[in-house]
Amino acid sequence: MKRILISLCMMAVTAFAAGAQAQSRSPVSDVEAMREMMRGFNPRGQAGLSRLVQDEAQQFCSDPGWRRNKARIAAIEKQQLAAVKYPADGKLMGNWQAGERVAQSGAGKQFSDNPSQPSGANCYACHQLSPQELSYGTIGPSLRNFGKTRGTSEAIQRYAYAKIYNARAYSVCSNMPRFGHSEILTEQQIKDVVALLLDPNSPVNK
Amino acid sequence: MKNPSKLAALVFALSGGVFPWTGAFAQDNTAKGIQQYRDALQDGNPAELWEIKGEGMWKQPRGLNKASMEKCDLGLGPGVVKGAYARLPKYFKDTERVDDLESRLVHCMVSLQGFTRADATRRVFGGPGAAADMEALVAYVTSQSKGVKMNVTINHPKEREAFQMGQKLFNYRGGSHDFACATCHGEDNKRIRLQDLPNLTNKKDAQRAYTTWPAYRVSQGELRSFQWRLYDCFRQQRFPEMVFASDASVALTLFLARNANGAAFAAPAIKR
Repeated sequence: MKRILISLCMMAVTAFAAGAQAQSRSPVSDVEAMREMMRGFNPRGQAGLSRLVQDEAQQFCSDPGWRRNKARIAAIEKQQLAAVKYPADGKLMGNWQAGERVAQSGAGKQFSDNPSQPSGANCYACHQLSPQELSYGTIGPSLRNFGKTRGTSEAIQRYAYAKIYNARAYSVCSNMPRFGHSEILTEQQIKDVVALLLDPNSPVNK
Repeated sequence: MKNPSKLAALVFALSGGVFPWTGAFAQDNTAKGIQQYRDALQDGNPAELWEIKGEGMWKQPRGLNKASMEKCDLGLGPGVVKGAYARLPKYFKDTERVDDLESRLVHCMVSLQGFTRADATRRVFGGPGAAADMEALVAYVTSQSKGVKMNVTINHPKEREAFQMGQKLFNYRGGSHDFACATCHGEDNKRIRLQDLPNLTNKKDAQRAYTTWPAYRVSQGELRSFQWRLYDCFRQQRFPEMVFASDASVALTLFLARNANGAAFAAPAIKR
């Protein structure tokens, strides 16, 4: 079963491997790397081996030399932005208190997590947000006063929603997970995090 | 305090006035507190209990063959433990592959002691109430390289291949969250929450990080091997479950170990 899955994945991957190879400095090909990963892991709980199958953006960004390929950066960003699904009801801002809870929680998607429980976004792992929370990481930029300095215009709301939905739409190899695109957060949770960032009453803007 | 300007300066400092906002003052104190906690931990290390147990297991006849591990070749010849870990992973002629310590221990348990591979790897990480024999063996062997300079070579073609594969896998982004090892360990001076992250592509950080594993983890009450370190990083990366001592994990270990070359090995250590 594992063998069949591996060969299926290999076929999928070689389709866009050729383009990536041209810029790579590593003597190890993308296909060889994926094969080694497939052999090195077992499916467990909600984390199946399909997690190791890279999409085009993941594969592109696994090459430390990705910055040199301007044409593909633009093409992938365009493709990722085009796939953002905005809420059907047109409302982009939810409740900042609920957003704070999503920002605090790091639960979700690990093989040790219960998949029936909601995931969090763990924003504080990498970003400063509310001044009350001193335990924040620095992998991402500080988001303190995010809304205060940008306002709450329709354009800013759409940008914040899309950035959380798919960070690669604006920065192709961003370290940030694609919370909507990869179905980590629900639409409502993303709206709530948008409110945490933009609502004038949110502690982020106090 | 007779001097009013001194008093004013003290009040200013205590109120956090020298910092742009009071939160930074509180956070600075938190960071100091963590450092004090880390310093206090260095007083005594329960890893010694694993080292003693591991030494006993190394010398004890076990398995179908009722043999000890004392003829196990960790790279410096049969039975030589001193300094062996500082040169691992490396290529072994008898297995015709690159082995790290754990995959080599499994090999010896199978070939010398007569365990099946399944039995040798049934319980490789300790859990609540039950320590793992594998982590005890790892503690003993690694303790015998304390103070020895890391010297991992890539002279054999298979060692070179493993290094290149390890480097490639370090940057391999995947999973639901798009994470690679490099996401958290590819830049200087980053942290998750308040936890400082070593940049494993920077020599100094790589040396400090690699030479302090295995470690006794206070928060878990367990001695943790380097295989466990990789296993649990991949869990947090939202990857599937890493196969113990898989080629991928050995390649990654060789890449990281070689980046630590030149530094004195300092484990088993003790960490939060």
